[in-house]
Amino acid sequence: MPPAPYAAITALADAVRSFIHDGDVVAMEGFTHLIPFAAGYEVIRQRLKNLTLVRMTPDVIYDQLIGAGCASKLAFSWGGNPGVGSLHRLRDAVEHGWPVPLAIEEYSHAGLANAYVAGASNIPFAVLRAYTGSDLVKHSDRIRFIDCPFTGETLAAVPAVQPDVTVIHAQKADRKGNVLLWGILGVQKEAALAAKRCIVTVEEIVDDLQAPPNACVLPSWTLSAVCCVPGGAHPSYAHGYYQRDNFFYQHWDNVSRTREGFNDWLQRHVFDTGNFAEFRRVLDESITEQTR
Amino acid sequence: MSNLAGNSVERSGPQGESSRSLAAAADFTTTEMMTIAASRLLKNNSVCFVGIGLPSTAANLARLTHAPDVVLIYESGPIGAKPHVLPLSIGDGDLAETADTVVSTPEIFRYWLQGGRIDVGFLGAAQIDRFANINTTVIGDYHHPKTRLPGAGGAPEIASSAKEVFVILKQTARAVVEKLDFITSIGFLDGGDARDRLGFPGKGPVVVVTDLCIMEPDPQTKELTVTSLHPGVSREQVQAATAWPIRFAVQVRQTPPPAPAEMENLRDLERRTAIAHQRSVTPAPSGPARLD
Repeated sequence: MPPAPYAAITALADAVRSFIHDGDVVAMEGFTHLIPFAAGYEVIRQRLKNLTLVRMTPDVIYDQLIGAGCASKLAFSWGGNPGVGSLHRLRDAVEHGWPVPLAIEEYSHAGLANAYVAGASNIPFAVLRAYTGSDLVKHSDRIRFIDCPFTGETLAAVPAVQPDVTVIHAQKADRKGNVLLWGILGVQKEAALAAKRCIVTVEEIVDDLQAPPNACVLPSWTLSAVCCVPGGAHPSYAHGYYQRDNFFYQHWDNVSRTREGFNDWLQRHVFDTGNFAEFRRVLDESITEQTR
Repeated sequence: MSNLAGNSVERSGPQGESSRSLAAAADFTTTEMMTIAASRLLKNNSVCFVGIGLPSTAANLARLTHAPDVVLIYESGPIGAKPHVLPLSIGDGDLAETADTVVSTPEIFRYWLQGGRIDVGFLGAAQIDRFANINTTVIGDYHHPKTRLPGAGGAPEIASSAKEVFVILKQTARAVVEKLDFITSIGFLDGGDARDRLGFPGKGPVVVVTDLCIMEPDPQTKELTVTSLHPGVSREQVQAATAWPIRFAVQVRQTPPPAPAEMENLRDLERRTAIAHQRSVTPAPSGPARLD
């Protein structure tokens, strides 16, 4: 028996280099809360290519990865900038193939959430009462219908999603790499347990998680790497640490509206910075310029 | 706000006003009338699955006025949310902080919506058709879209599984169309008993509230029919903002104008929300900025 594969507590750049490869199916989850933005920047910085990105709500994190040309396919269920409007880089990729063509695989939230449950459960598909009458069925070979063997009711089936790599952000890890998260949990637990490899960035590393029974804890042995990246979910939020930066989400609408504006932002904030701490210093400068 | 007469231009609402949007000779905007008319439909103690944007505004206004015990459920996981300000995203921290409980997204869709516990699904729409089907996916061809919209989110299953559905949207001839390019979430398909034949648990859209009027499906044909006109709105205005020859009920009601308490609560809520969302809360570069 090999030793139990405990997660290494490591630098984010090393975790991305070790566990995410060109062409991987990658899920970076977090339902508005705890979105692993710092990891997204590192994937862009390492210029990964040809990824299949899976996420219920692509949000600004995937707008950035898609605009940077890291993705050739997107699986999703709602692709807007929450409370603001369009994701301009996603739309440009879908409507005009810029910077590279982007195939899409579209679900409803119920469909994709159930697909992660099937993935974590290691069964080939999930069953749900869904999709009947929706044109989504016509444009996806991953939505089919089956008859219940007991009642005869016709139900929808979606195949399991089992990413090569899932990346999530959480509040805390202990020194062994056990991870605690709380608040709005979305599909993070399901996405983490469905994946072959899992990277978790956390706000802080503590001696004792002090997790109550039934808390959402991902044991170290289910994870590949744990990285301490304070603020790593910004501009989304980390419950108990910082709030959602709604200003940034609104600001992103301007930044991302043109290809030039987006490329300039990416160059200054991501390619010209070596890590997330530098990124945050530069972001603070540029936000101050914006709000002066 | 005790005196509702006069000052209509200076006191116009936060949405940016066109000439049409100020109801004639009254101190409320058509958007405010729409939100208030929709909020009135929500009964106290009902369990409501809330979409982000206009539905969330109307549902929270109901909670702050006549329906203090309405249970608001958001697809990110909060059950019984009582937010102090309107969420910009579907998973803002305030929703979790004020909820009776927060569950995972798979659980929301599996146990609560599919489980049959939702009285009212409250949805917005980019486009709606004559038989109350909703499009939030694409305008034009799916593979070569004229406009790519955000997609399904939770709506297809809310539309089929909630006991009743309310829809709220601004009425224009581009939004209220005879036939959709894409049915994301079903209303009554092509009318008559088409929906009933599919055997859904929920009875579908029972009301559509716009900034001009209230429409309800005809009991037999299921065609959307105007049953109430908002104050100062003419039949011609409604027809001009509808892409098919719209029918009017035999007895068309006049929507009662906003009551002072409704206006006061709505404007306070929107004022608090605007202030809360203007702040940038970029976490300090020095480390995790705890919020106490």
